[in-house]
Amino acid sequence: MSNTAPEASAPVALDHEAPSFYVLDDHEHHHEPGSSTMLGFWIYLMSDALIFASLFATYGVLSTAYAGGPTPREIFELPLVAVNTAILLISSITYGFAMIAMQEGKLGGTRAWLALTGLLGIAFVGVELYEFSNLIAEGATPQRSAFLSAFFTLVATHGLHVTFGIIWLVVMLVQLGQRGLHPENQRRLMCLSMFWHFLDVIWIGVFTFVYLLGMLR
Amino acid sequence: MREDKLISRLRHLAGRALAMAPLLLLGACQSELLDPAGDIALQQRDIIYISTALMLLIIVPVMALTVIFAWHYRAKNAQATYDPDFDHSTSLELVIWAAPLLIIICLGALTWWSTHLLDPFRPLNRISASKPIDPKAKPLVVQVVSLDWKWLFIYPEQGVASVNQLALPVDRPVRFELTSTNMMNTFYAPTLAGMIYTMPGMRSTLHAVLNKPGHYRGMSGNYSGAGFSYMNFTLDGVDQRGFDAWVARAKGSGAPLDTARFLELEKPSEKVPPMLFSGVAPGLFDRVYNRCVKPGTPCMSEMMHHGQGGPGSGMPSTRNAPPPSGGKPEGAIFKEGEEKGTAPNVTKPRNPNDATGSTAPHSHKNESMSFNLVPAAPGLLRSGVSREAAA
Amino acid sequence: MFNEPLAKIIFGRLGWESFPIHEPILLVTFAGVVVLGTAILVLVTKYRLWGYLWTEWFTSVDHKKIGIMYIILGVIMLLRGFADALMMRSQQALAFGANEGYLNAHHYDQVFTAHGTIMIFFVAIPLVVGLINYVMPLQIGARDVAFPFLNNLSFWLTVAGALLVMVSLFVGEFSRAGWLNYVPVSNLQNSPDTGPDYYLWALQIAGIGTTLSGINMVVTIIKMRAPGMTMMKMPIFCWTALCSNVLVVAIFPILTAAFAMLMLDRYVGTDFFTNDLGGNPMMYWNLVWIWGHPEVYVLVLPVFGIYSEITSTFTGKRLFGYSSMVYATVVIAILSFLVWLHHFFTMGSGASVNSFFGIATMVISIPTGAKIFNWLFTMYRGRIRFELPMMWVVAFMLTFTVGGMTGVLLAVPPADFVLHNSLFLVAHFHNVIIGGVVFGLFAGIDYWSPKAFGFKLDPFWGKVHFWGWVIGYWVAWTPIYIVGLMGATRRLRHFDDPAMQPFFIVAAIGALIIAVGIAGFLIQIFVSIRNREKLRDTTGDPWNARTLEWSIASPPPAYNFAHTPVIHDLDAWYDMKNRNASRPTSGFSPIHMPRNTGMGVILSGLALALGFAMVWYMWWLAVLSAVGLLVLSIAHTFNYNRDYFIPADEVTRQEDARTRLLAAGA
Repeated sequence: MSNTAPEASAPVALDHEAPSFYVLDDHEHHHEPGSSTMLGFWIYLMSDALIFASLFATYGVLSTAYAGGPTPREIFELPLVAVNTAILLISSITYGFAMIAMQEGKLGGTRAWLALTGLLGIAFVGVELYEFSNLIAEGATPQRSAFLSAFFTLVATHGLHVTFGIIWLVVMLVQLGQRGLHPENQRRLMCLSMFWHFLDVIWIGVFTFVYLLGMLR
Repeated sequence: MREDKLISRLRHLAGRALAMAPLLLLGACQSELLDPAGDIALQQRDIIYISTALMLLIIVPVMALTVIFAWHYRAKNAQATYDPDFDHSTSLELVIWAAPLLIIICLGALTWWSTHLLDPFRPLNRISASKPIDPKAKPLVVQVVSLDWKWLFIYPEQGVASVNQLALPVDRPVRFELTSTNMMNTFYAPTLAGMIYTMPGMRSTLHAVLNKPGHYRGMSGNYSGAGFSYMNFTLDGVDQRGFDAWVARAKGSGAPLDTARFLELEKPSEKVPPMLFSGVAPGLFDRVYNRCVKPGTPCMSEMMHHGQGGPGSGMPSTRNAPPPSGGKPEGAIFKEGEEKGTAPNVTKPRNPNDATGSTAPHSHKNESMSFNLVPAAPGLLRSGVSREAAA
Repeated sequence: MFNEPLAKIIFGRLGWESFPIHEPILLVTFAGVVVLGTAILVLVTKYRLWGYLWTEWFTSVDHKKIGIMYIILGVIMLLRGFADALMMRSQQALAFGANEGYLNAHHYDQVFTAHGTIMIFFVAIPLVVGLINYVMPLQIGARDVAFPFLNNLSFWLTVAGALLVMVSLFVGEFSRAGWLNYVPVSNLQNSPDTGPDYYLWALQIAGIGTTLSGINMVVTIIKMRAPGMTMMKMPIFCWTALCSNVLVVAIFPILTAAFAMLMLDRYVGTDFFTNDLGGNPMMYWNLVWIWGHPEVYVLVLPVFGIYSEITSTFTGKRLFGYSSMVYATVVIAILSFLVWLHHFFTMGSGASVNSFFGIATMVISIPTGAKIFNWLFTMYRGRIRFELPMMWVVAFMLTFTVGGMTGVLLAVPPADFVLHNSLFLVAHFHNVIIGGVVFGLFAGIDYWSPKAFGFKLDPFWGKVHFWGWVIGYWVAWTPIYIVGLMGATRRLRHFDDPAMQPFFIVAAIGALIIAVGIAGFLIQIFVSIRNREKLRDTTGDPWNARTLEWSIASPPPAYNFAHTPVIHDLDAWYDMKNRNASRPTSGFSPIHMPRNTGMGVILSGLALALGFAMVWYMWWLAVLSAVGLLVLSIAHTFNYNRDYFIPADEVTRQEDARTRLLAAGA
């Protein structure tokens, strides 16, 4: 032991049985590396949620700063957005089926459901881009007013997240093809699942807070 | 109990701390902040004194105990008790949490009361500690506009205006209305009252009164760019006769502050000596605040109302409405070729020997005193920002 | 696009004028950097250290090495930030009346902006993160952090941000809009130059690194504690690190969002923070201060933890009121979110709002006060050894209480109305940051250096370092408190009132005394390395300390713990020593460790290129590096082979060496 033993003046009650101070039979991990990843990814999602919270707050402050430009009622096409919302919600369900297939160990089913999810995601982004291009063509550009800046930024940030989700999904399809339902791949699919559902939740916020409230205003 | 002894020692030290409080501030007693001429600033100073004294009640004992414990329990001192397992004492911990809590309760009460009483938006309730206010007397209104980098004071009742010179009649309540053209500044005359921000497109209010005649100074307390260091004004406290004379002098100064002159004045300039204007364009302050001084610019108040009407209110569609003219530069990613310009590194003054300022708004002389060459960004439509535009 | 001149396409707005060839101060600095840089490059090449640096350090995922690299980064940036401080102090000491000083507004405004930005983002954060990185996994008995590669990436992203700030010194210019890059000064109309862009890109890149590091540390603390270490048996430094990193994860996204919106204003022409078209500059102030105030606690909480560990070790006592310390830390972390508005009481939010935020601010002083008392009563009935770390603690307690008091004073809105933006405020936050954070970081460096390097730091030069900082602090900042009370406001490069000049001269002298302290620190490190054999510690526990990091060799082996420790008590190592727990000397098995990777360096290099390209409008380079970032990140996920085993023989060899050392010392 070290030569600097404590000059303990107070007597220490020794346990009846000498306790063990080291894990001698080291079975390596006393924690699951996978569970760390899930926790870490969940914390990342929370921090991402705060980026959205900041954008929502900004939108809330600037949502009536039209500066003489167009107002929500004039530019929002609710039916289109409702369809888009449905697309994203369904993609969440199809992702859920992919996860069920994964748990059952069905590689083909997993890949098929994932591919469907990806297609729905592409449809969502496509509709959003169509909406944006219409708005810009009509002069409702992000530069026109603070309201439009906040609107475009909030919605486009979500859209950008979905785009990254799609890229990730494609990468996962390739990796599933290479290595199948490798534990590493399963863990990644679970993270992507959280990401995808998270974007769904955010979109519900966008739909209610931006579009529905905007039409009521 | 040793702990009890300790607590009593604490109490003893706290008493001594109160006596020491004013000593600490002696070093700076000759200042406008600690010896102000205005009642609001005086009350704010008193708040500083009271809260400092309150806090010294706990700070001084802590510092004393730190020194005492550090000395007494040094390893070389064999007489000191050594108790390596002393790590908890409920009564001590109670004191540890309760003592600061009690101080903060007192301080919190003081805060609540004084913040409401000294709220800059609140009309005054006294001229000074000894003088009550006449409830019927209307306060003098002064409209303050911070420009880059000088102060404009508009006296709407008197119909005059001044730059970098503020004259106030003594013992008359004043209501300042404040806004800014471009940068955020704080209006700050230490002898008169605390700071308040001036912000573009927003209006703030400050109520204050000056009690002693004299020659004071004021400044911007918030960094606002190249000319900030010289964004000072003089504050003259005069009696009513002196104030009338000052107004008369302004009336006789010749040039009124019309829109064209204001737009000239608005351009950035530094070290601007005081100026007087014999008249003011009607509603100038409101137009500054609504950001529509330039003829043809839609006012913010009108624009904001748009879209507020209910369904079918007959508001014309603005889907294709063009943005207001003269807005702002393009975003960088839309710039092509020469539009990108070249971003120079320009820390060296071009003419370091250039002399003092000039009254002419936006004189080149003013700019070269501290170098303020903002590179002319192409697509920058806002007039007056670039040196080239002024030339 | 097609009728653009080629030079504009390639170089964007970078031209010959962008280089400060007319500016003597910058030219001399540049020459110095070139000479020093060349010397280092030549030496590294001569001694063939490139391979060693690359494989053992740059690509390392070992939390200990990353921690040391963070600290080196922080110390280098401290020199830059302090050079800015000296320039400001001398300018303010000179520029009175007719004398304009030697810095014009254009230069001076960059200097104070760079000083604040560098000191907070590239000195304080790297030093705090570095210490947490080094110490925390050792204290909880872990072999690395939860995500070792992420840790390496976080570090290099911070370096990329720091490099971008340094580049702005010699290519183009830095922001002139204050350390938080305030609008309207920093919007496109008022600052069309490169300054705010450098600021925004540097801080976005470094900020992502800090956020990732925060996530990493939180997961490490929650998931990787040794068996038996319940949350309430965790060393107090780990608790403070946990709260600090939870705050990081909660606030940095807000800053990222605020900066992203300002970037959109500048690059796309949106109207978030503009004066016209509905923009709201105040929104920016709110967002950056919602980040800004908790940030203070991100820095100071871990430092409180350092003080606690040191006090307990050098008084030879258990920490007084451990659980109340933990609660105080958690309460401070929560309350720090409810106070941001006190940074602008004078914007006119109304009396009720102001008093709410004022009182919320004061309430923070209650748990902080409780902490001070806890250290005080840890000293009470202790046997205090005044070695360097403990000297810092006492200096901290005497200095910080004054800063705390002036802070509470500033939280009273009517008092703040006169003191807001005054030099009194500047003196206050330097009082808490120097007297709190900086002193604590130096205390931590003095305390844990023997663990990291296997030898103590030289005590004589350590004392020069200590007294230089402590005396220098008081000489430099007492006069600034006083001129603040005389009505002087901040960020001025010229004063009219000659009565203030003596105070500024004294302050400049104080800054020079601090310079002596910094020199003492550098000499201390140099001398300690030279005399390392004399200062060598073979026990691994030179201070007779109490937490787990002292139970292993100094410097620790790559795997930290050959056998995972089992914890029975808060002061785990003290408990082991007390009960004569014997260190196992045999039965080692192979240890599973993460593999090094160069991907962190490469990704950060691309991030740096992206930032630089965006600052200078070189769109082709921006697109190229962005695509590179995406492709390489994806490519990295195809690498499934990320770990390896340290063979049992190697572990046995290293542990036997320690057994022999201990036997020789005993």
